[in-house]
Amino acid sequence: MITFNINGKKVQGQEGWTILEVARWHGIDIPTLCHHEALEPYGACRLCVVEVDEGKRSRVVISCMYPIRSGIKVQTDAPRVANVRRWIVQLLLDESPGAPQIQELAKTFGVTPSRFKKTEVDFACHLCGLCVRTCQEVVGAQALTFGNRGLRKEIATPYHQRSTDCIRCGTCLYVCPTGAMEQLFPQVSAP
Amino acid sequence: MQITSIDDLQRAKGAGLAQLYPDKPKILVGMATCGLAAGAQRVYDLLQKKVQQAPWDGVVEKTGCIGFCYKEPLVDIIIPGKPRITYQEMTPEVAESLWEELAAGRIPEARVMARLDVDDMILNGGPRRLFKGKLTGFLAKAPRYEDLDFFKLQRHIAMRNCGFIDPDNLLHYVARGGYFALYTALTAMTPEEVIEAVTTAGLRGRGGGGFPTGVKWASCRKAQGRPKYVLCNADEGDPGAYMDRSLIEGDPHSILEGLLIGAYAIGSSEGYIYVRAEYPLAVKTLQRAILAAREAGLLGQNILGTGFSFDLKLNLGGGAFVCGESTALMASIEGKPGEPRAKYVHTADKGLWNRPSNLNNVETWANVPVIIAKGADWYRDIGTEGSKGTKIFSLVGQVKNVGLVEVPMGVTIKDLVMRVGGGVPENREFKAIQIGGPSGGCIPKQHWDLPIDFDSLREAGAIMGSGGLIVMDNSTCMVDVAKFFLDFLIDESCGKCIPCRLGLKRMRELLEEFSTGKGSLADLDELESLSEAVKDGSLCALGGSAPNPVLTTLRYFRDEYEAHILDHKCPAAVCKELITYTINQELCNGCTACAQECPQGAITGSKKKPHTLNTSQCIKCGACFEVCKFEAVTVA
Repeated sequence: MITFNINGKKVQGQEGWTILEVARWHGIDIPTLCHHEALEPYGACRLCVVEVDEGKRSRVVISCMYPIRSGIKVQTDAPRVANVRRWIVQLLLDESPGAPQIQELAKTFGVTPSRFKKTEVDFACHLCGLCVRTCQEVVGAQALTFGNRGLRKEIATPYHQRSTDCIRCGTCLYVCPTGAMEQLFPQVSAP
Repeated sequence: MQITSIDDLQRAKGAGLAQLYPDKPKILVGMATCGLAAGAQRVYDLLQKKVQQAPWDGVVEKTGCIGFCYKEPLVDIIIPGKPRITYQEMTPEVAESLWEELAAGRIPEARVMARLDVDDMILNGGPRRLFKGKLTGFLAKAPRYEDLDFFKLQRHIAMRNCGFIDPDNLLHYVARGGYFALYTALTAMTPEEVIEAVTTAGLRGRGGGGFPTGVKWASCRKAQGRPKYVLCNADEGDPGAYMDRSLIEGDPHSILEGLLIGAYAIGSSEGYIYVRAEYPLAVKTLQRAILAAREAGLLGQNILGTGFSFDLKLNLGGGAFVCGESTALMASIEGKPGEPRAKYVHTADKGLWNRPSNLNNVETWANVPVIIAKGADWYRDIGTEGSKGTKIFSLVGQVKNVGLVEVPMGVTIKDLVMRVGGGVPENREFKAIQIGGPSGGCIPKQHWDLPIDFDSLREAGAIMGSGGLIVMDNSTCMVDVAKFFLDFLIDESCGKCIPCRLGLKRMRELLEEFSTGKGSLADLDELESLSEAVKDGSLCALGGSAPNPVLTTLRYFRDEYEAHILDHKCPAAVCKELITYTINQELCNGCTACAQECPQGAITGSKKKPHTLNTSQCIKCGACFEVCKFEAVTVA
């Protein structure tokens, strides 16, 4: 067992666990968007950031991937952490002001849409990759992938061809946190 | 030629020296990309043709770039018993007369840039004096390399062979002491001693991070798991930076030898060089070097008869800046999309294919043979307390002498810009340098006494980066600079994590408002807090350092941001929304040049009478300003 400290509280976890796993085990809340217990951590949404004092230095890390180490001091709500989260929620909210899950996050963090908010967005994909990863890791089909990069990054089928690998199980629909998959799904599988 | 023992190596050295300094005249053409871009191929082809046509006992060879990119194409003449003479700004026509003089037994006198009396040959038993006795005539008057301002402060260690050898000729490399350091490491040192030497030498990663190389090697040596990989990062992508390209094109074997020594130290028998595909000459040069080394037995099984085996593969990048980031680079070699991953488990433990891996930059590898050959103490003597050795910079931007410079760590910004670079163009004023690429920062004139080393730069908010150094004068708007680098990074962001993908976009939107005179001072604070969020929250170093250009310009040029926001003025007269062109009626003599140039027809007036500019039609292209010889067109 590895002993360390979250928000001043002594906690324990097993070797190989992440901060997020230990925190949740102890009922300490850390928000996430791209995390799912059934999937390998991916580290894209960055909502689960925490500040870790490693002794020599203190830095902001993502709790879903950071493996616990003995003696570290974790702050789940330090000012730097709060600043990162506030901005992520702000950016997400401005991208898709209508998405219910984002609205909920915005309410929690007291964030309101800014003057940069997009209007008439009905496709609220945040590229959390749950659909791609679940198709690959759980279903084993690899009918979905990421395409392009940067602001043009997208969820797509390989080579933008309807996929013969898709078995229409609908797992991607189930895990999609924003409902964006509902629009993409009809174009995924080959007839 | 097989090189499988120290005797072979000595023989190769002898043969190489006879080629480097033959007993007949030799013409060298600088044929790295900078030379080729200036027209070196035509010069080279002409000289080759001449030599083949006429009976002349001499040779024409190609070489890499010695750094004087602003004087390219360069041609050197090496005559036995004479100093080496460098000729600048060569054209096929001048080259033809140069060859004719030479063929007639005379030394050409036109376009002499400098003479070289002594070839340093730092790895081959010390300097080689190229002539005896006293020089006479124009040779005596020609400036020596070390007299040139551009060269005076320089010290070529990583670039030791660039501009001296034919990069495709393995013997040339060996002639200047190449692969002897490898032999020393393999036969006289344990892997631990090699690591110790690199650690003691104080070598720090030249790719940007400045992490101690020896420490990195030691943790990879200690790591569990096999095989282990050594990797070379040649995915150079900072705008305006081309140090690694030039090193590869000028001296590829120095990188190979560094990798071999590193592999021995770490316990690896397999390596990769990840080079960007947009460097076609560098790719070819590396391919040829790897083949030559393999044929000679310097790559493969039982190298130099020591039982050590190692081989290398070349991997071409697919055009993504982010693939210069270590974990994205490894993903790309594995055939996956070039996206970074979190590095909480170090790549020294789990890197390429989840095996222990050690990645260093081109320039770092090129320094390694020198440390082994000359010893850690020799290397430690160069540079500053915390940053040892030299650093290559590509000195570009608003500076007279543009080129590649290798200077000891600790040289001040002022010396680099004013002495090596020769200062900014006439009638302009030095304003700032931008160092470290898009992840770097801008350092203003008031800090130009800052020594350039890893720690001073970090303290000033910039980073050493890979060595791009852009000089800016007072015609540069710092808000515009921040916009430029953000645009680059937005294009190059992989898009995986939200702070980088959406955060940079929002920062850009805020800057756009400032440069059009909108926004408020509160928005400056917002920009700062967003910058911190992107810095803290991003997945990899691209996003983590992307706010640097914004944060440093905010730190040093906040008044310029405020001028945009509060006064709706762009002090450098760059941001179009905030400037107006007018014609000074007293200075205008009615030459009509501006009226002819104006694409909008916004300037009217009769000949020899002051003209007027209709601002409602003006698109602020600046054509009138550029063309006016009487400073009658003003911008504010």
